[in-house]
Amino acid sequence: MPVLLAALAGLLLLSITFGITLGPVDIAPGSVWRIAGHELVLRLGLPSAAGEWTHAQHQIVWLIRMPRVLLAALVGAGLAVVGVTMQAMVRNPLADPYLLGVSSGASVGAVLVLAYGVLGFAGVYALPLGAFAGALLACVAVYWLAHSSGRLLAPRLILGGVAIGYCLSGVTSLVTLTAGQRELANAVLSWTLGSLAGTRWDELGLPALVLVAGIAWLLLQARGLNALLAGDETASTLGVDTTRMRRGLFVLVSLLTGVMVAVSGAIGFIGLMVPHVTRMLVGTEHRRVLPVAALVGAIFLVWVDAGARIAFAPTELPVGIITSLIGGPFFVWMLYRRGMSPGVGR
Amino acid sequence: MKLQARDLRWRPPHSGTARTIVEDVSLHVGEGELVGLIGPNGSGKSTVLRMIYRILRPTAGAVAVDGRDVWEISARENARLMAVLAQEQGGGVDAGGGFGGFSVREMVSMGRTPHKSPFARDDRHDAGIVQSAMQRTGVLPMAERSFATLSGGEKQRVLMARALAQQAGLLVLDEPTNHLDVRYQFEIMNLIRSLGVTAIAALHELHIAAHYCDRLYLLENGHLAASGTPAEVLTEATIASVYGVRAAIRLHPRTGRPHIEFMPDDPV
Repeated sequence: MPVLLAALAGLLLLSITFGITLGPVDIAPGSVWRIAGHELVLRLGLPSAAGEWTHAQHQIVWLIRMPRVLLAALVGAGLAVVGVTMQAMVRNPLADPYLLGVSSGASVGAVLVLAYGVLGFAGVYALPLGAFAGALLACVAVYWLAHSSGRLLAPRLILGGVAIGYCLSGVTSLVTLTAGQRELANAVLSWTLGSLAGTRWDELGLPALVLVAGIAWLLLQARGLNALLAGDETASTLGVDTTRMRRGLFVLVSLLTGVMVAVSGAIGFIGLMVPHVTRMLVGTEHRRVLPVAALVGAIFLVWVDAGARIAFAPTELPVGIITSLIGGPFFVWMLYRRGMSPGVGR
Repeated sequence: MKLQARDLRWRPPHSGTARTIVEDVSLHVGEGELVGLIGPNGSGKSTVLRMIYRILRPTAGAVAVDGRDVWEISARENARLMAVLAQEQGGGVDAGGGFGGFSVREMVSMGRTPHKSPFARDDRHDAGIVQSAMQRTGVLPMAERSFATLSGGEKQRVLMARALAQQAGLLVLDEPTNHLDVRYQFEIMNLIRSLGVTAIAALHELHIAAHYCDRLYLLENGHLAASGTPAEVLTEATIASVYGVRAAIRLHPRTGRPHIEFMPDDPV
């Protein structure tokens, strides 16, 4: 396990480096970290001489590519962790924040903030706060729909999630088109497609903080998550307060999804694919699944984002388009493998 | 007294005029006893058990383990007093199609959940308890296999190991022989007997109840119809009135336990 984590961390570092070198302007892998090191030393208040790189290279690495690639890693890790958590909560491997409408809820919240300036008191945090609130409402609504006399009905969960997702996407479009702001329509389009373009350093702090705190909290709950996967009644008889735990998980899932959607829009299927691949690697025990899923998710989205930038260069694709192109067939494959139905896990 | 249930009543909440499912059921289990709860389908066996293992809060009455009311302690404390083999085996886990599934050892380790704080790691002490639980139930050879791939009988033994790893004084079993082939029905009951645990079990098969239990409670439409030793409860008269089937009963010469021969063709 420590070997696997170290290997994945190494792979993530390589992926990030490679992701930064990719693009219309060639950057050598070595320069990436020399430029980053130079900036870090300067920020520590120490003198550092500029190296043999050009001003343009410096700008591209430090101001454009590095924050973007790091955000891809954060968002990939965050969405993967959300997927793992939601799947344990509803005991269904098909749960994903995008499929179950939670991302759409976050988008509605975010768009309301942008269009009407609601939650203005929260300042720069209004956007993630709105997205969090929207995600939480969608999350609770989907769960409430799928719940019937103490049991979760899987078909209702998936179909209810899809229905709520569509409904909320409609709300997002409605708000966008009636707010009468042209820039808003553009911003929202990139959102609904999921994009990491134009990431600034100051956008990284909150997602990083929420991600690290979220994973730490979930690791403390790992025994409870394992028990929850064995069933609510089993979890209760193993001493887990399932009601309280589920409430906490609702808030956490919404917080992570909200914060990630606020910076990157609704990027689909990461929360579906990455946990699945992770479980094939390390099994179902959450103390292993959580850290590995986070790393795999980070690596995956860094590469997908790199692909989005270079596949049709100079045209850049929103990253969500690629995750959907991969994720849709993956979902179908999951359905057909071993004759699985959405009802698995009841 | 290990387990004491007094005047249990249950009717579904918010159900208006819906009928009461369980009424006036009192029972007890002494240290070291294996007590059976029998009755036809829908007689309320599972409902009584679920009140005992703290999933359903009784509409009236109380359940106490070691003299402590289970609803006055937390789920966690309760899980250290009683371990449960419910009918729900963990469908999400053993469905196998989506989740890779837990290994047998991980499944048994879950039994340590109520003993561990969130910050504590599973240490050598826990590993030893898990190992010995697997040893006692004979699942050690399959420790690293995936739980999902096991047969029904093997799964029951793994869940029994988990219950042992929980180190609770009372075992609650909801139809432990359900869906098992005859051989495995006896295997799991022999195991329960040989472990010498204190247990209450809802049982569907009367011959199993007759052969293994120290005492029986017979439920009919949510009421207690009879209680006592198997020989006292399983009489031709009670079987005819509660199950609606004619039966001939003789006491086994060696065990002294009732041996039931059903005579389905004879009118009741």
